[in-house]
Amino acid sequence: MAIPALQVDPRAVAETVTDPELPLLTLADLGVLRDVRTEAGTVVVEITPTYSGCPAMGVMRADLVHALHRAGFPDVDVRTVLSPPWSTDWITAEGRRKLAAGGIAPPGRAPRRPAGPVPLQLGPSRRTASCPQCGSADTVEVSEFSGTACKAMRRCRACAEPFEHVKEV
Amino acid sequence: MHEETVYDALDTAHGGESPDGQWAFGTGFDEPLAGVDTTVPAGIDPADLGAYCLMLGDDALVLAQRLIQWVTAAPELEEEVAVANTALDLLGQARLLLARAGSVGVLGRSRTLATATIPDEDALAYFRDPDEFRNTGLVEAPNGDFGQTMVRLLVASTVRLAVFSRLRDSRDPVLAAIAAKGVHELAYHRDHAARWVLRLGDGTPESHRRTQAGVDAVWPLLADLFSATDVEARLAAAGIAVDPAQVRGEVRAVLGEVLTRATLAVPGWPGDLLPQGRTGVHSAELTALLGTLQGLAREHPAATW
Repeated sequence: MAIPALQVDPRAVAETVTDPELPLLTLADLGVLRDVRTEAGTVVVEITPTYSGCPAMGVMRADLVHALHRAGFPDVDVRTVLSPPWSTDWITAEGRRKLAAGGIAPPGRAPRRPAGPVPLQLGPSRRTASCPQCGSADTVEVSEFSGTACKAMRRCRACAEPFEHVKEV
Repeated sequence: MHEETVYDALDTAHGGESPDGQWAFGTGFDEPLAGVDTTVPAGIDPADLGAYCLMLGDDALVLAQRLIQWVTAAPELEEEVAVANTALDLLGQARLLLARAGSVGVLGRSRTLATATIPDEDALAYFRDPDEFRNTGLVEAPNGDFGQTMVRLLVASTVRLAVFSRLRDSRDPVLAAIAAKGVHELAYHRDHAARWVLRLGDGTPESHRRTQAGVDAVWPLLADLFSATDVEARLAAAGIAVDPAQVRGEVRAVLGEVLTRATLAVPGWPGDLLPQGRTGVHSAELTALLGTLQGLAREHPAATW
């Protein structure tokens, strides 16, 4: 049963939609949901991709439209915003807590993005992360890439568990 | 709020019981520039802007297709994931750039073959002939062994990163946004490839020998990278594009540093040819590659699921 739209805040509805690849987080937790507003009776939602190749954008858009339709908003316009580019610094404190609780190490602070040439990094990764299982800081990066574009693979040397780490960007 | 599966959600959001269904290839349902202001900057010929987007988009599309040839064949599972993720980033950049070309009406002959309902980016990827592709010869060359693949990825991502880091200041806000987003992805690809070249070059005698052979095979392809086409020259003068000659010095410095640290010999730098790939002059290898990429869609252009 659709709830009358007048009594529902579309932002609250959009904020319940979860990420297709990290369903433990909402799009709001992830910092992908950039804005929700009403323009002449249409709910306008702005989202931004995490990575250029994020294959989940179509599903996010579909889930947002569907959730808002079900909440009684017939006119929904989901727009992509590309600038400024997404940063892991936009993942909320709640999002970081949920990641860790789900066994995924949250990102640290994103590196600065200076203008001009990007210096070569020929040494091993300097990223660090604590084990989301046992909390040990004694962890090592196994692979710079993992099951989704936004994560790297690590292993804990204290409890021997492998885990994923959201890379700082 | 989720449907049972993502396919249900997509189906519901896109009209549900539509008898047309979903186009069977490409993305079909998603327009990467949905809601983005695609107005052409004042004083710029849309045909030039679209042609430039095809150059940058085709470099990414063709290299992504080359890289995914390693999937199921990479030397180790982690590397297979790495190569696939790199290709996915490039595919995403290609989608944005082809969509940008489509947004200014640069579609070549693709629309005469593609069904009317598929998005421009898919029409451009699946229904252009090899002579309509604008990638450089560097990205279409065969992979060779894993060492050669990493050398080519190092060269290609170094050039692209140098271009994208400058393109962040483009007067076209869409190109600037695509570039700003791509810079950190490309830096990650370049550094990953550079570390492999270091490991293999400064590894065993066999890995050194084979990686040096990879360098020697890739180097002549540098001749097709730094000459500007008329389109690039006009757009660079207008503050929209990057003249590739501008990045030559930076690219040579980075490549020279990596190869030297990897104990590999830096071959002589080839002189610049007149633009080949950027004007649609390609090797037979591109035709074969596109045959794989496009064959099924062209055989069944109206197939849906």
